[in-house]
Amino acid sequence: MKFSEAWLREWVNPRMSTETLVHELTMAGLEVDSFEPVAPEFHEIVVGHVLSCHPHPEADKLSVCSVDAGTGDPLQIVCGAPNVHAGMKAPTALPGARLPGGLKICRTKLRGVGSCGMLCSEAELGIGEGADGIMPLPPDAPIGDDLRDYLGLEDTVIDVDLTPNRGDCFSILGIARETAVNTKKSLNWPDLEAVSAEVDTEFPIDVRAPEACPRFCGRVIQGIDPAAETPQWMKEKLRRSGLRPISPVVDVTNYVMMELGQPLHGFDLDTLQEGIVVRMAKSGEKLVLLDGREIALEDDMLVIADHGGARALAGIMGGDTSGVSQDTVNVFFEVAFFNPAQISGRARRLGLHTDASLRFERGVDPQGQRRAIERATQLLTMIAGGRPGPVMEVKSEAHLPERAPVVLRRSRLATVLGAAIDDDEVEHILTSLGMEVVGEENGWSVAPPSWRFDIAIEEDLIEEVARVHGYDAIPETPARGDTTFDRVTETVVPASDVNRVLIDRGYREVVTYSFVDERLQSVLFPKAKPIRLNNPISSEMTDMRVSLWPGLIAVLTQNLSRQQERVRIFESGLKFYFEEGEIRQVPCVAALMAGLRWPEQWSAEKVPGDFYDLKGDLEAVLALTGAADQFSIVAETHPALHPGQSARIRRGAVHVGWIGAVHPAHLSRFNINTNAYLFEMEMDIALESRIPTYRGISRYPAVRRDLALLVEERISAESLVKEVREGVGELLREVRIFDIYRGDPIDSGLKSVALGLILQDSSRTLTDDDVEGVVQAVISRLERTLKARIRD
Amino acid sequence: MDNISALLAEGRDTVESSDSLAALDEVRVRYLGKKGLLTQQLKQLGSLPAEERPAAGQAINRAKQALQESIEVRKAALRAVALEAEIESQSVDVTLPGRGQAPGGAHPVTRTMGRMEEIFRRAGFAVYSGPEIEDEFHNFEALNIPEQHPARAMHDTFYFPSGHLLRTHTSPVQIRAMREDGVPIRMIAPGKVYRCDSDQTHTPMFHQVEGLVVDEGISFANLKAVLHGFLETFFERKVQLRFRPSYFPFTEPSAEVDVSWGEGWLEVLGCGMVHPRVLEHVGVDAERYTGYAFGMGVERLAMLRYGVDDLRLFFDNDLRFLRQFC
Repeated sequence: MKFSEAWLREWVNPRMSTETLVHELTMAGLEVDSFEPVAPEFHEIVVGHVLSCHPHPEADKLSVCSVDAGTGDPLQIVCGAPNVHAGMKAPTALPGARLPGGLKICRTKLRGVGSCGMLCSEAELGIGEGADGIMPLPPDAPIGDDLRDYLGLEDTVIDVDLTPNRGDCFSILGIARETAVNTKKSLNWPDLEAVSAEVDTEFPIDVRAPEACPRFCGRVIQGIDPAAETPQWMKEKLRRSGLRPISPVVDVTNYVMMELGQPLHGFDLDTLQEGIVVRMAKSGEKLVLLDGREIALEDDMLVIADHGGARALAGIMGGDTSGVSQDTVNVFFEVAFFNPAQISGRARRLGLHTDASLRFERGVDPQGQRRAIERATQLLTMIAGGRPGPVMEVKSEAHLPERAPVVLRRSRLATVLGAAIDDDEVEHILTSLGMEVVGEENGWSVAPPSWRFDIAIEEDLIEEVARVHGYDAIPETPARGDTTFDRVTETVVPASDVNRVLIDRGYREVVTYSFVDERLQSVLFPKAKPIRLNNPISSEMTDMRVSLWPGLIAVLTQNLSRQQERVRIFESGLKFYFEEGEIRQVPCVAALMAGLRWPEQWSAEKVPGDFYDLKGDLEAVLALTGAADQFSIVAETHPALHPGQSARIRRGAVHVGWIGAVHPAHLSRFNINTNAYLFEMEMDIALESRIPTYRGISRYPAVRRDLALLVEERISAESLVKEVREGVGELLREVRIFDIYRGDPIDSGLKSVALGLILQDSSRTLTDDDVEGVVQAVISRLERTLKARIRD
Repeated sequence: MDNISALLAEGRDTVESSDSLAALDEVRVRYLGKKGLLTQQLKQLGSLPAEERPAAGQAINRAKQALQESIEVRKAALRAVALEAEIESQSVDVTLPGRGQAPGGAHPVTRTMGRMEEIFRRAGFAVYSGPEIEDEFHNFEALNIPEQHPARAMHDTFYFPSGHLLRTHTSPVQIRAMREDGVPIRMIAPGKVYRCDSDQTHTPMFHQVEGLVVDEGISFANLKAVLHGFLETFFERKVQLRFRPSYFPFTEPSAEVDVSWGEGWLEVLGCGMVHPRVLEHVGVDAERYTGYAFGMGVERLAMLRYGVDDLRLFFDNDLRFLRQFC
């Protein structure tokens, strides 16, 4: 909420600078977002009276004016504004004046005519938007007065960011109350005398929804002057509150709302039929609002109606047909207390957010309506005349909010804050906040004032005491506690270890949004069932990711376009999808590798990375589990991957992920002009870790035998190794594949695979005969099962 | 005898002029081998008169020994030269870069979150996590944010057709943790959160670390001490804190905390004493137990720590940015 510092100081005027005042507000919980002077620096600008105004002899668009600026002889000023005319008053920069931005006004000649000064627009003075004409001042503005004094420009606009619990601070009164408490000053109330009725005109009020509208005040004011102008001081205060001056009736209601926090509405009485009816809307009932929009009402919305239909959306916005206009002479003021629960949410549902709805949703003082209607009457009759009728009030005590006393225990206060605060101070703080405080044996019974909607439990009072006492005055005390043990497990590989392995192998971590472009994702995962957002923030972020790959591929393409040719990235995070109608959120780690195997360097070959580079990195991660033998990589196609370089990652029989080359069709689709490989793994299963179990180290030497086997291309390395393992049995310590060869002199369709078998017995030294027997057995097994031949 | 001294002198000269181990070995064979010149002299002893033989034999053996010593000395010298040459040939340009992969690096957000976790772990906090797709109960209701509460509108929530939502803060993990493990509890919950908001200072996804301590006698004074301790540990310097009254539905009293930064103050986190209604929602006796909670933005702390001036850089994943964090 924006407001004028000068206006606040009319209510409470602590002897402190703007900066200090702003600090006090912030430290009281009314966070000041910004504070800015009303007007920038300028000097020597006064109220001038345009005595005469003639066309410039040499220029169509210029006028030559004679201006009385209270400096003795009138000044001749050449002016280009279209709205300048004889008789008007306007800000006049005297020769020697400085405008905002440092422009200095000198005596000069314009198209041959002398000009001593300048008539100014709002924009030129930096005090408003108006730039298409000079700023008209009221006829009673005193000639020669310094404009800064006349407009009260030595003022600051303070913008506070109010928290939802402090609806009571949405007014000068509210801010003043807080300022008074926190600076130990008292409030200077303006003259809020009741205005006696001059006529006995009433207007019937029928409140049919007392639970939603426990109090309704109305008042007729007859015969106002429709031509009356809102006084300058009121316009200025409204402007500084971010409200646009419109007409005396509207300005007065806004002024009172701003001053006392009570939203009012002024109806044109002559448009209302028979009487006011406050009722719930009928479902589907139509209402054209003040802003010209027609809305369809719902039955949980409260309306101010007459006998012809809804005329205003209660607590939110007035209606178009019943609003005041420039012809209005008879006014009906309405000010009510609406139950916050009956207002909140409705405005948002209709896409509205008004000053009134904001205040009613957070709670206006249920005792403040009479004061507000008297104040509005006082101001309107002062500005526009008119004869007020009596104040009519309909209320339902039963539905007005109850301010039940809350007990504050001395011991609880000390426990929660960890600080001892004197009884006297506690009582003083609560009393100064308008609470009724009654001492009790263990503390106090505290009745909050009508304007506080946020005091219902003991903690609410503790907060108030702490806040005014000052959070900074509460000590810092380390808590003492028992020694407890957090679970530290060895059965799961910590995610940070996985990250470390990938980082050490050249991968850089990225963090991408969990929502992705549906078009990209559906190409890679045509069969997935993504979870779609109701309200995505953009059309490129509509679906939750079913995999980390779309994010990684997007990062790759972006970086390729930034001339990054070698990209190794990884990400860990959740993927999301539906499974049998249930939402699944699965933690994964995924990596992408594109470009050269090695960073370009003097002693490494410049070759592109391939499937086995990425697989090696994957295996390094899997090795962290201490159970690498449980994993298998099984050839299988995936829509995102190259059909010949694509595999499922399994742990035992359980699927844990995929690895492969990005499908060439996708590479061209996404303008990726390099090779790219991906893996993704679900962490929960993949990262279960085996706790090592010690086995004795054999004291006998190991023996190595190498076999070069010729097999058909389709025979996988894994199947060879498996047969060797099964054929050798216990004696086998390790099998290494140390060479693969294709080509001359080997027939096409065949490949040579060189295996190194490392054999060892735990209880004796193996003899040549032992080894020879084992090797022969393995060879014949391989010949039998895989049609392998020993290569000569 | 003259014959022997001449042979020795000649042998010595040959040894001295040998410039390789092979040449030296040839010298050894020529003089000292089975058919070597000196060895031959021994064989010819028989032709001498018997009384001369012992003296002549001694002389020959002395000569053999002397020549052998010369060979050893020469051999050692030649070896030293050879080693020197080998070493010479093996010297490298130590300024050339090393071979292999260049390491990657952690994302600055993960790096920051990791530090935050580490600091809190050492202070005895357990680390919890929770789902990112949440339900209204955990994200709002249990945290004392009922349906019509103005705070809901301020949360800019992403919703799903099922009524689920993307968590707007990590606070729902408080609820899950207390329901699972009860109290006393001392925990943090780091993770991703989402708000339907995107501009220069907001990204629709960001990271928070939530903290919660509930026990008997936990006070606002304890909260102040923990946050001060954390922030000084995090920034590795003395900082001043400013606790400002604020409002969160799930804490009371509530505060926002500013840290002294240059000439002014920068807001770094929100916190407060756990609202009794939150404790009631998870079945904790709010009369017996009190607690505090806090929530801090990871990106905010990372920006301050590393001088990053644009939040959006964290999610651009430009390698030129990421490489600055190893």
